[in-house]
Amino acid sequence: MTSVPLDYFITLSVILFTLGGIGVIVRKNAMVIFMSIEMMLNSANLLFVTFALHAGTPQGHAIAFFVMAIAAAEAVVGLAIFVALYRHSNSVFVDDFTDLAETPEEHYEAL
Amino acid sequence: MENVYLSNGIVWILLWPLIGAAINGIIGHKLPRKLVTFIALAAPFASMAQAGYLFTHLLHDDLPLYQAVFNWISVDGTSIWFSLMLDQLSGVMALTVTFVGFLIHVYSVGYMSHDPAYSRYFAYLNLFMFAMLTLVLANNLVVMFIGWEGVGLCSYLLIGFWYQDEDKAKAGKKAFIVNRIGDFGFLIAIFIFFYFVGAIDYTTLKQFFAGGVPPIMGMTIATIAGLALFLGATGKSAQIPLYVWLPDAMAGPTPVSALIHAATMVTAGVYMVARLNFFFVHIPVAMGTIAIVGGLTALFAATMGFFQNDIKKVLAYSTVSQLGFMFMAAGVGAWAVAIFHVFTHAFFKACLFLGSGSVIHAHDGIQDIRQMGGLKKLMPKTYWSFAIATFTIAGFPPAAAFFSKDEILWRVLNTHNDVFPALPFVVYALGLLAAFGTAFYMYRMFYLAFSGESRAPAEVQKHIHEAPPVMSWVLVILAGLSLVVGFLGLPHVFGPNLFENFLFNGALSAKVEAHGPVWLELSLMVLSVGVALGGWYLARVLYKDAKSTTPARLAEKYAGIHRVIANKYYVDEGYFYVVIRPLWNFSTFLWQFFDQWIIDGVIVNGGSRLLAFTSLHLRRMQTGNVHSYMAALVIGSAIIVFLYFG
Amino acid sequence: MEHLLFYGMGALAVIFGLLVVFHANPIHSALALVGLLFNTAGLYAMLSGEFVAVIQILVYTGAIMVLFLFVIMLLNLQRDALELHRIGAVRLVGALVMLLLGLRVALLLRGSGATLFQTAAELSPGFGSVESVGELMFGKYLLPFEAISILLLAAIVGGLVMGKKKL
Repeated sequence: MTSVPLDYFITLSVILFTLGGIGVIVRKNAMVIFMSIEMMLNSANLLFVTFALHAGTPQGHAIAFFVMAIAAAEAVVGLAIFVALYRHSNSVFVDDFTDLAETPEEHYEAL
Repeated sequence: MENVYLSNGIVWILLWPLIGAAINGIIGHKLPRKLVTFIALAAPFASMAQAGYLFTHLLHDDLPLYQAVFNWISVDGTSIWFSLMLDQLSGVMALTVTFVGFLIHVYSVGYMSHDPAYSRYFAYLNLFMFAMLTLVLANNLVVMFIGWEGVGLCSYLLIGFWYQDEDKAKAGKKAFIVNRIGDFGFLIAIFIFFYFVGAIDYTTLKQFFAGGVPPIMGMTIATIAGLALFLGATGKSAQIPLYVWLPDAMAGPTPVSALIHAATMVTAGVYMVARLNFFFVHIPVAMGTIAIVGGLTALFAATMGFFQNDIKKVLAYSTVSQLGFMFMAAGVGAWAVAIFHVFTHAFFKACLFLGSGSVIHAHDGIQDIRQMGGLKKLMPKTYWSFAIATFTIAGFPPAAAFFSKDEILWRVLNTHNDVFPALPFVVYALGLLAAFGTAFYMYRMFYLAFSGESRAPAEVQKHIHEAPPVMSWVLVILAGLSLVVGFLGLPHVFGPNLFENFLFNGALSAKVEAHGPVWLELSLMVLSVGVALGGWYLARVLYKDAKSTTPARLAEKYAGIHRVIANKYYVDEGYFYVVIRPLWNFSTFLWQFFDQWIIDGVIVNGGSRLLAFTSLHLRRMQTGNVHSYMAALVIGSAIIVFLYFG
Repeated sequence: MEHLLFYGMGALAVIFGLLVVFHANPIHSALALVGLLFNTAGLYAMLSGEFVAVIQILVYTGAIMVLFLFVIMLLNLQRDALELHRIGAVRLVGALVMLLLGLRVALLLRGSGATLFQTAAELSPGFGSVESVGELMFGKYLLPFEAISILLLAAIVGGLVMGKKKL
């Protein structure tokens, strides 16, 4: 047990999560967006471990472990897609991948 | 049901014509003409035979025959059966309808022999017989209404038989629509009866009104019901104000005019009033209205016949006028006399119409009497039948109409009505004048069409020939009967009125007696004969000599009156401006406003435009941009969190 | 003492986080993320989750971040202009809502979290060790464990397929 109160860890976790979310929204470099997502996952892990200690069961650790495994898998595939995209259009900026938009010529700027 | 005999055969009176109509209607055009003819004639003949057979029962027993065919409507405890009743009244009507109907079917075989739509004609005609017999043999108002509507339908189908001609089709439409207005009245009355009495069969209604109008219903409502019923009668039986369809109905084939618009359908209104005598007898306002309207119509229509030149139109107005006589009788409570006039009228009017058909047939379709004449030697059977029928309708004894018409006038004068005290005299005067008019216009037509020399175009004159036997013998039979059937309804001074006594054995109950002195009755008879002679003489003077210019000079001298009467008092034009045009404009307005603007524009088109507009703007969510999606995701989760957790 | 440690590591974490999000050069962002992950591993250790801490360093930092760095260097990504002034309305709103959401969630968790679970009076001696997690992994969570391995297999196959020159 640690003497640091639970709430402090919760606060930290939420701060990191929020930062990650803002990163996804604000940045236009796909790589940085990816990394922000990893940050969000990480903050969630912190929260799990915190509560694991609070509840006294290792289940939180197990879940954190799973989350990491999934993050790994996701990173692999995501980066592979990213590389393929880069090869195709030679740009890393998310703004340039708007082919799913309603009308291609009405290239909607990031709102 | 007490006091009746149950029979299984009544429905067959209806069914034979229905079967004939079905066969000829559905596959008739594929069958050989002889077979179509056989079916078309066998059906009414079987019907007539069945009616006659069942009728003999009534000759030795007063109780009616009754048949409940099937339970038609069964709702919430009450049920309306399709049930039929053959009593004295419906029996007499059924016999008249089937007998005259059969004769007219036979005549039609000759008249329509050149028409390509032969089987369709007979299908419709048989269908009409079915509907009319349903009307007559019904045991309750609803089944009568089925027949009522059915004859209206067949009237439409048969008037517009040659529908390729637009005017003829329009005439059919006019008949149906005007009839519908009357039907509305009939329905209102049925609703009133059902609401207050709980049933609409004659037995229950008779018991309900046995001692006068019960306080539950009250005189006001009962009067409304009575007047509503009469509205229906004015529609079906062509009285003021709904007679306007009958002259136009002459667009149909002549046998149709004879059967439907002379002998049977148009008498349905009179039958209905007689059938409900136990109700009407308690409602002086309604009775008075019926009598006055009948009298007015009789005179009014008679005058319209003065200057018509189409042979069938003259007969049409004559029918309206004679129907007026029937309603005069009904309106003063002389039910049996009214039905007696229906009976005699069937024979002589059918004879007149069929005779005119024979003449038209011989003149290659010309119907204008100014272009006829000189038929005594060329068409003897037609000439003499027509002469006898004209003699009858003018009211000369001993032909049938003398007895029936005269009895009507006598009863009218002898009645008294609490609501309209002057009624007997007013209506009598109307009737007497109408009788004069009848004699006048009928003899005018007879002289112009038959006597003198032929004024037809030369090529037509070459072909004038007597009608084929299938047509001319029917004329002879009808003319002969016109002479003799009058003796069934002798006035009291001369002998027993077999007809009236028979009807009062069972069917009719509210007997309204005439209590005048004998000398008065005899003098009035002489008066009516005199009036008839007067009309005949005037016609003879003016029209026997076709080259006379007297009619033309008189027409010029009194040009105004002549024009008004010749144009039928501009009633049709009046209706057009007062009723039809405003309705048409209103309908057009409704069409443009509601149908085009609101439904098409706002609801249908507007709906789709709204959808297109919304989707155009919703589509802007699909930016394809990751950031927008992420932002939306976040906003969405925030909404959920805030909503759920407060 | 522990409090100081926590404050220090917490501050570092936040600084690293800010660097990840707002630095222009992606390599620097990646390195900042690595720092953050190390930091978090330290926090795990503080929370008696030794196994998770080590796994974090081995897997997350050692494998995933290396992969990230490889890709960045492969594609030779350069600095990119942040262009924060050109953020559209929706994104701005989204960012602000994100903040609000974070605030709300924090309040939620702090308020109710303390009562969500019963506080364990004592920890079992092997808490946070490999054995305790292993017991769970091969006991109660055997099925998810196997499923994860299939997931990794799928990820490998996916990665190979996506990496082909011609798809």
